[in-house]
Amino acid sequence: MSRDVPEKPASVYFFATCLVDLFYPEAGLAGMTLLERQGIRVIFPPGQTCCGQPMRNNGWLDEARAIARQQIKTFPKPIPIVVPSGSCAGMMHRHYPELFAGQPDEAEARAFAARVYELTWFLVHVCKLSLTDGGPPVTVAFHASCHSQREMGVRGEPESLLAGLSNVTLAKLERPNECCGFGGAFSVRQPEISAAMVADKIDDLSKSGASEVLSGDCGCLMNIKGALEKAGRPQKARHIAEFLVERGR
Amino acid sequence: MNAPLPQDTAATAPLAFTGKARVALNDPRLRANFRRAMDGLMSKRAAQFADADEWRTLRARGAEARARALAKLPDLLERLERRCAENAITVHWAETTGQANAIVLDLLTAAGAKTVIKGKSMVSEEMHLNAHLAAHGITAIESDLGEYIIQLAGEAPSHIVMPCIHKNKAEIAALFAEHIPGQPYTENVDDLTGAARNALRGAFAAADAGISGVNFAVAETGTLVLIENEGNGRLSTTLPPLHIAVTGIEKVLEFLDDVPPLLSLLPRSATGQPITTYVNMISGPRRPGEKDGPQAVHLVLLDNGRSRVYDDPQLRDTLRCIRCAACLNHCPVYTRVGGHSYSFTYPGPIGKILSPQLEGLDCAGDQPHASSLCGACAEVCPVEIPIPDLLVRLRGEAISPTSRAVKGGGSARSLGDRLGRRLSTAILGQPRLYGLISRLAGRIGDRLPSWLPGLNRWTRVRSKPAFARRSLHALARERGYADE
Ligand code: SF4
Repeated sequence: MSRDVPEKPASVYFFATCLVDLFYPEAGLAGMTLLERQGIRVIFPPGQTCCGQPMRNNGWLDEARAIARQQIKTFPKPIPIVVPSGSCAGMMHRHYPELFAGQPDEAEARAFAARVYELTWFLVHVCKLSLTDGGPPVTVAFHASCHSQREMGVRGEPESLLAGLSNVTLAKLERPNECCGFGGAFSVRQPEISAAMVADKIDDLSKSGASEVLSGDCGCLMNIKGALEKAGRPQKARHIAEFLVERGR
Repeated sequence: MNAPLPQDTAATAPLAFTGKARVALNDPRLRANFRRAMDGLMSKRAAQFADADEWRTLRARGAEARARALAKLPDLLERLERRCAENAITVHWAETTGQANAIVLDLLTAAGAKTVIKGKSMVSEEMHLNAHLAAHGITAIESDLGEYIIQLAGEAPSHIVMPCIHKNKAEIAALFAEHIPGQPYTENVDDLTGAARNALRGAFAAADAGISGVNFAVAETGTLVLIENEGNGRLSTTLPPLHIAVTGIEKVLEFLDDVPPLLSLLPRSATGQPITTYVNMISGPRRPGEKDGPQAVHLVLLDNGRSRVYDDPQLRDTLRCIRCAACLNHCPVYTRVGGHSYSFTYPGPIGKILSPQLEGLDCAGDQPHASSLCGACAEVCPVEIPIPDLLVRLRGEAISPTSRAVKGGGSARSLGDRLGRRLSTAILGQPRLYGLISRLAGRIGDRLPSWLPGLNRWTRVRSKPAFARRSLHALARERGYADE
């Protein structure tokens, strides 16, 4: 999947996602700071709530549409909407158009979807961000979320941002593209299978020699971080934006 | 050889996925077998499609050929029937698996057949054909090595392409030593295949009829295409005097020219082979002057709910499937629980969308939920079936009050579901209420009671998540971001 790269805009909307809002606000602040450091004005519309993905995944399509409508009207200006989550970005970019197919507001939903960008992709392609490392040597692993890869076409952008940091070594994972087992309701509906998946994921991370795991998706992070903590592993887990803000100048 | 007892592999317990998966998850040998096998298959496939442009082009052609055939399905089926008739292949139509079984049984009885040699066929599994024939005194022997092994074990296939992938060498060695007379226990692979070959050779020679599946049925020419690696398919369809092919009505292609791209996609996606060892193009019974081939060829076309799938323009994409099993090989769920956890004939991602449509959401409604929607399946599907989207669609059909598109639609409606819908729309659809809840969440922090349904499952292997003391909404407002 490749999409057109827009000109670097003067201002963008930031869609934080409900998970970032309620659990990981520091990830959201870091994402906004990164954009601001690029000279972009960041607008955070207070009316935003959730992209509606949990509803869609349950098959509650009417409800997902109702929530999607609420978001669409919250971001009215024709400027990019940057999202620090490949999964929620995927919902808005890929699934809103399907969700509204044949509905009176289809055109509006399509126009909205076309403005949605995943944060690291936006930083690499639109902002042409390159950072100078300001931190001590460290080995990190990056967890690529399924939806950022497959729905947003984010393939290698976060890794390239990390590769630009001179003191950062990117650990190699055995199965970098495999799902961590979160999947929203899946982790609750199929707890045993989800548990097996995240157990394999944290084993892979531990074997990689990384002291920290980064991701662009707070759903995956909540899962991986929770599993690392419960298993008493020393690795930390946080959003890539926080890491980049802390180290990069 | 000992004729193994054919087993009815029908799903006896509906909605049993979670329980069966639990058993599989706790079987380290099974998990190791699957992990090893799937890792190997994934890397072999990746090597085949290393050229991304070639993959995209070929895949688009494959998807187009299948989509076009489905768009004209009724016409093409009629054309297939005419062309087959011209080739002296008799076509039979079966609406249900019961009818299909009856047709096959009638044909065998009329021919006085007592033993049948079978090539690999998932549709015959869907029909539970072996059990039906056994009940009427006819022995059907599977000739595909993998199918032969699981028949000895009295099991159903656990994979569409490699039915006994769940077993390792030692398990197969034990099975052969137990079931094949005079066969000592050995883990020497050549000796094991040799033993199966010897046992099957007699069966080929003695069979009164051969039964096979079909990979593609070409409407233009009335040709049945059958691919395989062991030569057993070729033997099953040429040696006995009667050949009966069974297939779902969706396996039609419009033109002979549609075959090559799909022939290139299927084995490469499935096993990472550039092409299978044998490609059989069956265009009728033995003709005067020919040295081999059966005297009669019959084609049984099974519907079993497929025309209903066909009727819905979105769900119709399900029928594009060419049964390559790439989606199984790349599915993180399948890799961990194996094919037998799914209860139905077709396991893995394709099964999760096909089984509920064929069997009904009332008995297979748990299948669409056995997925994290990671999308690995759709990424590798050579005919571009949007499996995750169809999973979501089926989840919706299961709880829709007005669902008529899928058998058993609406059967999973519940009070909890209705409450969840109302609550989520109320909170997430109204920023004010959402703001209130998020302030409340900040107060709760990590003090959510661990017994909460959902949370209690989450925390079995993960620490409890804590709400941030102050939401991003609050922090953003404070820092002047929320100025619009
Ligand atoms: S759904 Fe696609 S990947 Fe899966 S078996 Fe069918 S053709 Fe192959």
